[in-house]
Amino acid sequence: MNETALLIAAMLASGTPLAIAGLGLLINEKAGVLNLGAEGMLLMGAVTGFAVAFHSGSTTLGLAGGAAAAAVLAMVFGWLVIWINANQYATGLAVSLFGGGFSAFVGVRYVGQKLGAPVNHAIPLLADIPFIGPALFRHHPMVYLTLVAVVAVSWFFYRTRAGLVLRAVGESPESAHALGYKVRLLRLAAVACGGALCGVAGAYLSTVYAPLWVEGMVAGRGWIALALTVFATWRPLRIVAGAYLFGGVTMLQLHLQGMGVQIPSQFLSMLPYLATIVVLVLISRNPMWLRANMPASLGKPFFPGG
Amino acid sequence: MAPQAPWTLVRKGCSMLRLEARPAPSRLFAWASPLLSLVVTIVVATILFSALGKDPVKSLSVFLIEPFNGLRSLTELGLKATPLILCSLGLALCFRSNVWNIGAEGQYLAGAMLAGGLALWFTEQQVGINRWAFVPLAVIAGALGGAFWAAIVALLRDRFNANEILVSLMLVYVANLLLSWLVFGPWKDPKGFNFPQSVSFADGAAMPRIFTGMRLHWGFVLALLAAVGMWLFMSRIYLGWQMQVGGLAPAAARYAGFSTRRALWTALLTSGGLAGVAGAFEVTGPMGQLTPYVSNNYGFTAIIVAFVGRLHPLGCVFGSVLLSTFLIGGELAQSRVGLPSALSGVFQGVLLFSLLACDTLIHYRLRWSAAPRAAGAAA
Repeated sequence: MNETALLIAAMLASGTPLAIAGLGLLINEKAGVLNLGAEGMLLMGAVTGFAVAFHSGSTTLGLAGGAAAAAVLAMVFGWLVIWINANQYATGLAVSLFGGGFSAFVGVRYVGQKLGAPVNHAIPLLADIPFIGPALFRHHPMVYLTLVAVVAVSWFFYRTRAGLVLRAVGESPESAHALGYKVRLLRLAAVACGGALCGVAGAYLSTVYAPLWVEGMVAGRGWIALALTVFATWRPLRIVAGAYLFGGVTMLQLHLQGMGVQIPSQFLSMLPYLATIVVLVLISRNPMWLRANMPASLGKPFFPGG
Repeated sequence: MAPQAPWTLVRKGCSMLRLEARPAPSRLFAWASPLLSLVVTIVVATILFSALGKDPVKSLSVFLIEPFNGLRSLTELGLKATPLILCSLGLALCFRSNVWNIGAEGQYLAGAMLAGGLALWFTEQQVGINRWAFVPLAVIAGALGGAFWAAIVALLRDRFNANEILVSLMLVYVANLLLSWLVFGPWKDPKGFNFPQSVSFADGAAMPRIFTGMRLHWGFVLALLAAVGMWLFMSRIYLGWQMQVGGLAPAAARYAGFSTRRALWTALLTSGGLAGVAGAFEVTGPMGQLTPYVSNNYGFTAIIVAFVGRLHPLGCVFGSVLLSTFLIGGELAQSRVGLPSALSGVFQGVLLFSLLACDTLIHYRLRWSAAPRAAGAAA
């Protein structure tokens, strides 16, 4: 019973970075921009977040620093693909490679360093409820903020005029432009927002979840978050649900190891990656269904007056 | 399709710098752009070195000149370039065919594991073999391993429409974990003080060297031959041409009846096979045993090489030499200047970023003009 509660808690904690990054990428993609640089932005956020938290002693500042660093990187990407018309795939890969290289370079001096003593985030009274308390009410505030974020993103996209405009920019930039909206600025804003959320996700990993810096510590979560937007057919709620599911898969390996299952740990560690492939195959089998849900101009460049 | 100016630096009523569409892509800038981006990278490097309090001239010479200094350095350069050439050739074919295989790293590891397994078999069964007889076996094992790993991507793309970017990338992590299992588990050297590594391969189960006393092996020459072969395939073979048409103008290729499925499979099997051979050469060449560090991120660096080399086989060779200089420069920077070797990763990223920006000049030219254009050009 108690073990199940801990498993649920671990699932929420490890699903949170995927959920935040997935929401960020969703905002990108709803505006029609495909950013393959997610992994690099997460790494950038992770190393900056750790550095800021390490020097300032504040996790919150770390999260903010991670967001800012990744947003800057995302804006370089945005400038290249939106104004300069660079290939979106290649530029996204450049972000991933640069993020990997830069974070490794900056992070050298933080390897093996520790952040201050872990803070107790238990919510008074609620945390003491048997089973539910340990499962749900002893998390870092980011875990709850993720739920706020998903509601906010859903509300923004489906209940506000600005969200409608942003979706229009992703579906038919020509129409949005004809109506007088500044398509490229809106896309840049979406890219910066998405980058900031990816940065928060990375910083969460290095300052709250781990909390330490290791080169390449994001371990493919950026790519899994990219896959999540496809799995979720570009719906915010499904992204978060999928993220927790994947968090569960990640945790399952530790749980199985704890139970003494005789499978080499490496095979258990493969589970999230294999699961990504399997779900991708299941979702993509019907191309029509995928096309019906995908933002119509995803990945296509746009020139005003072109 | 040449679209209109994508951006302008506007100051109303003043002269301004503007991008103007060229009537046809510039061949000059297609090849000048990598040089231009190298210049940008050097400028960034100079700023970075100065900011870190290092002598920029000395640091730059460590990165760009010392790797070419003397025969030994040159052979080390060729050694690093070998896997990069092989991986980037396959990627160039993929990218030209609009197949986004970015998992060359995984295919490299798969080839390394299969060839490493073969070398281990020869070692443990104590089957005597000549180095020259081993080369074709290593090539076949590497190609099979890499092609198999890429075939998974092709199958899932072909049969289930699964995105090849994500699948090939996920398989990199799987291959890494598989290798880790092998060297921590069944293939671990029992006398290796519990280090995650296999036994050292027997003397015959290794790549023959070109010069005695230096690590450069004949795989380098084979990689150069592969570049020539890829050039012939792209420029002289009908299928190679069909695949490139498919990448440039999918609709035209469909109309002409070129098979996209055949292009997909050919591109992935070829690039997987080449990456696998690269892994095989590395593990049976300079490494001589399997460890978790079989790859130096070659599969990812090769992506940059392919773009710097203009997705052209000969360009890939030059790109590989350039990126190898960065890799060796990174290692030297650690010992000579006291900067982390990860610095070369930063420069690789900067190089690719500036390349993508400079590539704009292939389709556009910079113009000073007195009057602002019609509204709509600036957004």
